[in-house]
Amino acid sequence: MGSITLSKVSKVFGAHAVIPSIDLDINNGEFVVFVGPSGCGKSTLLRLIAGLEDVSDGDIVIDGKNATELPPAQRGLSMVFQSYALYPHMSVRSNIAFPLKMAGEDKAVIDKKVSDAARVLNLTDYLDRKPRQLSGGQRQRVAIGRAIVRQPKAFLFDEPLSNLDAALRVNMRLEISQLHQDLKTTMIYVTHDQVEAMTMADKIVVLNRGRIEQVGSPLDLYHKPDNLFVAGFIGSPRMNIVSGSAASAYQAHTMGIRPEHLVLSKESGAWQGTVGVAEHLGSDTFLHVNVDDGIGTVTARVSGDFAVTHGDRVFLTPDPQRVHRFDDKGLAVR
Amino acid sequence: MATLHTRSAARLMIAPSVLLLLAWMIVPLAMTIYFSFLRYNLLMPGMEEFAGFSNYSYFLTDPAFFQAIFNTLAIVLGVLFITVVGGIALALLLDQPMFGQGIVRILVIAPFLIMPTVAALVWKNMFMNPVNGLFAWVAKLFGLQPFDFLANAPLMSVILIVAWQWLPFATLILLTALQSLDEEQKEAAQMDGAGAWSRFIYLVLPHLSRAITVVILIQTIFLLSVFAEILVTTNGGPGTQSTNLTFLVYAQALLQFDVGGASAGGIIAVILANIVAFFLMRMIGKTLEA
Repeated sequence: MGSITLSKVSKVFGAHAVIPSIDLDINNGEFVVFVGPSGCGKSTLLRLIAGLEDVSDGDIVIDGKNATELPPAQRGLSMVFQSYALYPHMSVRSNIAFPLKMAGEDKAVIDKKVSDAARVLNLTDYLDRKPRQLSGGQRQRVAIGRAIVRQPKAFLFDEPLSNLDAALRVNMRLEISQLHQDLKTTMIYVTHDQVEAMTMADKIVVLNRGRIEQVGSPLDLYHKPDNLFVAGFIGSPRMNIVSGSAASAYQAHTMGIRPEHLVLSKESGAWQGTVGVAEHLGSDTFLHVNVDDGIGTVTARVSGDFAVTHGDRVFLTPDPQRVHRFDDKGLAVR
Repeated sequence: MATLHTRSAARLMIAPSVLLLLAWMIVPLAMTIYFSFLRYNLLMPGMEEFAGFSNYSYFLTDPAFFQAIFNTLAIVLGVLFITVVGGIALALLLDQPMFGQGIVRILVIAPFLIMPTVAALVWKNMFMNPVNGLFAWVAKLFGLQPFDFLANAPLMSVILIVAWQWLPFATLILLTALQSLDEEQKEAAQMDGAGAWSRFIYLVLPHLSRAITVVILIQTIFLLSVFAEILVTTNGGPGTQSTNLTFLVYAQALLQFDVGGASAGGIIAVILANIVAFFLMRMIGKTLEA
């Protein structure tokens, strides 16, 4: 139905290899998220799969059929763009109907599919409006509607939520996850936001400088990061990375400890430091503590009612079960 | 413009320019209207007398008048058709990435920078001349009889020359509009299975509609009063075959020395231009609002 296999796919722009070589299997029905910092090649990788860019080398296999040389329309994929890319002069109805019209479908079939899609996406009342008369979230839904009417083998999302405000983003995240539950179609989703990646994905692909750093389920990446990059990228706030003598105490070149795995006390502990900034979120408080002995600033999460202010002396103890150890190449030691 | 004070100050400030513009427009118009009711011939100075509407009735019943109206419309519509279609085609070509893009674009604009009289003379003497012209040479190359453009197809020749001059303008405006088309929309259409032709019809053309409107509006204003190209090439002839309204007014005033009749023609031209403008705005002004 919708399995995609990349083997030794590379992309070179001039002398610059954006993607040196990537192997990746995406199973049918999976929700895969490509995540990484800007410029890591995640959008390029998506565009290679879509066929909007030519691969420099390697093969893209969709449903067991080599699609490397196929034009975008024949790959059976649909894409939701960051800017939504709606056709501004067409009504919502014509926008959603456009792929069907291009496929030469029957008028009655088109009408039925469009109204079905509109019902699923709560767009029925807006079918005769133009895109510019819609809000950001509605435009987003139209773009998704245009993608689902074709019943593609897989959906490709290119940072679809980055133009929405924070509240709407949380909503649309849920709606897209819900859509995936309903349709059970393969989805590939590109984002730079690790929260989106963690909340939506079945499988996260962490990319850095065109290379895959790690592939795994969200909790896999959270609990067992393969290397320093993944450790620092997944999780919010970021994992504290400490090297030097403090790390040697844990038999590691570099150690990592997440803010939520630091035990805070006012009496005793492994590390001692001064509270710098305290961020009160209500449920939790994030403390930025300047730890002595050259360890530097460490972030710790405490419950919201932990009474502490700027300048207080506190003690921090890493939970030994939750310490991540890395060798001198930044790879995890387990 | 928030308070009463700033508003009245603003009115005071713009008053001089409004008055100047008004004078600039009203005085010539009023004089033309005044002349159009006089029997005013340059060969009989000092003999002016009130003539009522006779200037108008002479001008309107002149067989050359209907020919001139037809020619005026033919020039406007013909040139618009060539420049819009050709402009879109050229803009699409120039939008493709190619070597020496900047220089090619400057070359394309060049005809617009040449004075109408010069351009028309170049066409007349170097291209369309039946003896020495380039077209005649090409015709002879194929063993054909050279075609005397200006004698046998004068109106078409004028349209061709004027279209050549206005093509860069249309190309330039359409090219900038084309470049503002969102890249992601094209890619989305590609993903949706639209081929090059469908993308052009459903995406590019609607996107260009506003620019096309601008091209049509601006060109119509200038094309209604084409004059220099006719004067230096065909002189309105043979007969009145390439005389448009502007040229007819000129002929009336300065070849037949009938200032009164020419003024009546001028007023008729103004009225016709307003009718054209009215329908034009009704027809395509809508695209500008959207």
